[in-house]
Amino acid sequence: MAALLEMRGITKEFPGVKALDQVDLTVEQGQILALVGENGAGKSTLMKVLSGVYPAGSYDGEIHYDGAQAQFAGIADSEERGIIIIHQELALVPLLSIAENIFLGNERAKGGVINWRETDRRTMELLKKVGLSEAPGTLIDKLGVGKQQLVEIAKALSKEVRLLILDEPTAALSESDSQALLDLMLELKAQGVTQIIISHKLNEVRRVADKITVIRDGATVSDMIAGQDEITEDRIVRHMVGRDMAQRYPTRERRAGDVLMQVKDWNVFHPLHADRQVIRDVNLTVRAGEVVGVAGLMGAGRTELAMSLFGKSYGQKISGQVEMNGTPVDTGTVSRAIDAGLAYVTEDRKALGLLLDETIQRNISLANLQGVATGQILNEAEETRVAERYREALNIRTPGVFQRVVNLSGGNQQKVVLSKWLFAQPEVLFLDEPTRGIDVGAKFEIYGIINELSAQGKGVLMISSEMPELLGMCDRIYVMNEGAFVGELTAEEASQEAIMSLIVTD
Amino acid sequence: MELADSKAQGSEASGIGAYLVRHLREYGLLFALIAIMAFFQIVTNGTLLKPVNVTNLLLQNSYIVIMALGMLIVIVAGHIDLSVGSVMGFVGALAAVMIVQFEQSTGVTMIVCIIAGGLIGAAQGYWVAYWGIPSFIVTLAGMLVFRGASLWLLEGQSLGPFPREFQMIANGFVPDIFPAGLGETIAGFLGERRVNMLALASGIIAACLILYLEMKKRAQNRAYGMETEPKAFFWARVGIIAFALVFILFKLSTFRGLPNVLLTMGVLTILYAFFTERTVTGRRIYALGGNVKAAKLSGVKTERLTFLAFVNMGVLAAIAGMVFAARLNSATPKAGFALELDVIAAVFIGGASMSGGVGKIVGAVVGAFLMGVLNNGMSILGIGIDYQQMIKGLVLLAAVIFDVYNKSKQA
Repeated sequence: MAALLEMRGITKEFPGVKALDQVDLTVEQGQILALVGENGAGKSTLMKVLSGVYPAGSYDGEIHYDGAQAQFAGIADSEERGIIIIHQELALVPLLSIAENIFLGNERAKGGVINWRETDRRTMELLKKVGLSEAPGTLIDKLGVGKQQLVEIAKALSKEVRLLILDEPTAALSESDSQALLDLMLELKAQGVTQIIISHKLNEVRRVADKITVIRDGATVSDMIAGQDEITEDRIVRHMVGRDMAQRYPTRERRAGDVLMQVKDWNVFHPLHADRQVIRDVNLTVRAGEVVGVAGLMGAGRTELAMSLFGKSYGQKISGQVEMNGTPVDTGTVSRAIDAGLAYVTEDRKALGLLLDETIQRNISLANLQGVATGQILNEAEETRVAERYREALNIRTPGVFQRVVNLSGGNQQKVVLSKWLFAQPEVLFLDEPTRGIDVGAKFEIYGIINELSAQGKGVLMISSEMPELLGMCDRIYVMNEGAFVGELTAEEASQEAIMSLIVTD
Repeated sequence: MELADSKAQGSEASGIGAYLVRHLREYGLLFALIAIMAFFQIVTNGTLLKPVNVTNLLLQNSYIVIMALGMLIVIVAGHIDLSVGSVMGFVGALAAVMIVQFEQSTGVTMIVCIIAGGLIGAAQGYWVAYWGIPSFIVTLAGMLVFRGASLWLLEGQSLGPFPREFQMIANGFVPDIFPAGLGETIAGFLGERRVNMLALASGIIAACLILYLEMKKRAQNRAYGMETEPKAFFWARVGIIAFALVFILFKLSTFRGLPNVLLTMGVLTILYAFFTERTVTGRRIYALGGNVKAAKLSGVKTERLTFLAFVNMGVLAAIAGMVFAARLNSATPKAGFALELDVIAAVFIGGASMSGGVGKIVGAVVGAFLMGVLNNGMSILGIGIDYQQMIKGLVLLAAVIFDVYNKSKQA
């Protein structure tokens, strides 16, 4: 079998730092290669070299593609040769239709006039290929993230793709959507499309990859070939972080105390469609020192539940009661919810959690500015002290707290969000997908922080789409489906099968 | 790659040149102002910095500066206010009608005008803050409404003159509290005809105060390991600012002394700089402009702050309106026409970002004076209004291009 792509000795330097150091990467024709590594290991840089974002000449090393040496001057150049990248942040125009998006920049047109019949016909063919049953005229806006991902793939297929690169394709997808996407990858492989997948989800990598290439600190660490080498998640992790990680989830002494928070008969309706109930009769308790999980599929209403509890930040016609330490509290606005002892770490840290252009210091103090002020007057020296304290405690890797948050990696950004909420001194923290898009090492650190909180007697309500994470971390798991709690499992009872069967039999 | 980027930035921190590159914007603005002043000082044969012209320059730009303070806050909050020119004109008209036609006292008129400005701001801010209607549209409507309202109020005529007390708002000078003999002695010593000691003393005090505050801030930044500017830069910058203050107030002191307007402007600038940089509410406005959703989920009352930003803008537009009317000694239906654009331009030249969350009070004030010196200098040279407009437009564009270029180089 011939190699479609061979990258040899790729070295890429930025002022003051070597991002890639003699990286080798080979992809065989018609196979799926998984590229794994921690955030900042150099995966994205390598893909940018490949696609011509960093044009030939700006790096050292050779790229052999399709039997000849390739020197791409830009993305257009590499796309021409059939190399297409689908980025984590989808590049679709929300208010255009599926068909318009697929042929954007590649319109089926004659003399500038678009042939809509041809466009729609081709779109339907492509949608069929990726297994998406939507009309070509449907607006992207109306599709969930999973379906949008499929549209991106259809768009790639429309360009006669030979090497398809998927950057974290399942990061924002639910379990079932992820499975469907992986199936599609295998299907495309059967049709002869060579693929590279970048992913943090090792079980998925194991499922689809013919070969796994691990890079660490800008250098190739190892290649593992399916069927030849023994591939276990532990082994991959070991290569990624360069050390043994005895356990994926740090242990914690489990001892639940008194009831901290109790929610009774919580009902919420959709913010735009007043007759659509999003949350139905939810009752939940969180005890001191307890980590409580909320499992469910995408769209089950988990985020909506947390946000409606946190200052009625979601929905309308909200009814029900919240009690903290046995007394009813008002959580009607975010500041009252904070005063009542709640904190909410959002699932979308860039859009909802951070002031990206501001410094680390200013992000950390935001939810508790009174804590660094006398009356109205801010004490910036105190603010710096506070920020430094959290930087050390949470091990935020940065030259200083005056760095802008936008320059940090995902894991460090998440630690800034956590710092912000820890400084607000909450009793109960809602963590919504706290490890999304974060590498293995940072994940482990975040789990450590959660355990620390629990040891201090705080309550944690953890929402996650990664079931192993819930199973590894939680004392108790509520299973949610279509806006209602359909079951509750203790750590001993809980398993992926038990959770799924509760959802399916609902 | 994020990690690598921050590393790269860290290593660049050394070296004066690198520091200058990263802070080009802040220094650039100051240098641009100095360069433009030097240029006009030379080509106008020294007319620009004659005491009478310096006084004029301050009076001419006072209403722009006052409104720029409010506009900066509105823009930092992520909005815009196109109505300020009209509101200013309307309040001037209101003052004229109250004083000239209804013979109200200056005090009552001023209070009513300020309340009216606040209400106008509230009426516009309400729709922006609580209904989420784009501020561009709401204030575009306000611009038309209040332009019409001042025409209606004045019945298309100019109205004046104002009594002396009201004129004093713009044309008055703070009386010298020092004994006349002292001023005369100093004047003789410096070879001037007269010296207003209050003006000179306030210049020196202000310069010392700035020196002290800047040194304190520098020491504090050092103590917390923040990046501090190289010593040479620090002294050059602070020295220039302190010298300029003393110099300008000395010039004023040899004319008629400290204008009331300068005092108002100075006090307001200090208050607003303090408010935006050192208070909880000020910080929250930056957060709101930086990411409204994140701010809201962090407990910031985003709607209320947006509303208050517009109320504040209305009040400042009212003050500016009174200054403007008092200066012209009459209210005209054309007062404040297209002035909102000068105010907005000043804020953007001063380094504020269209998308909100970025900008400084001092920048906006310097931006306003930069435009003011351009206006004044070109007028002295007798350059036609046609060329003046074109040049001002290009300066605005250049400032913003410079910003964007600078940002892209840093990223």
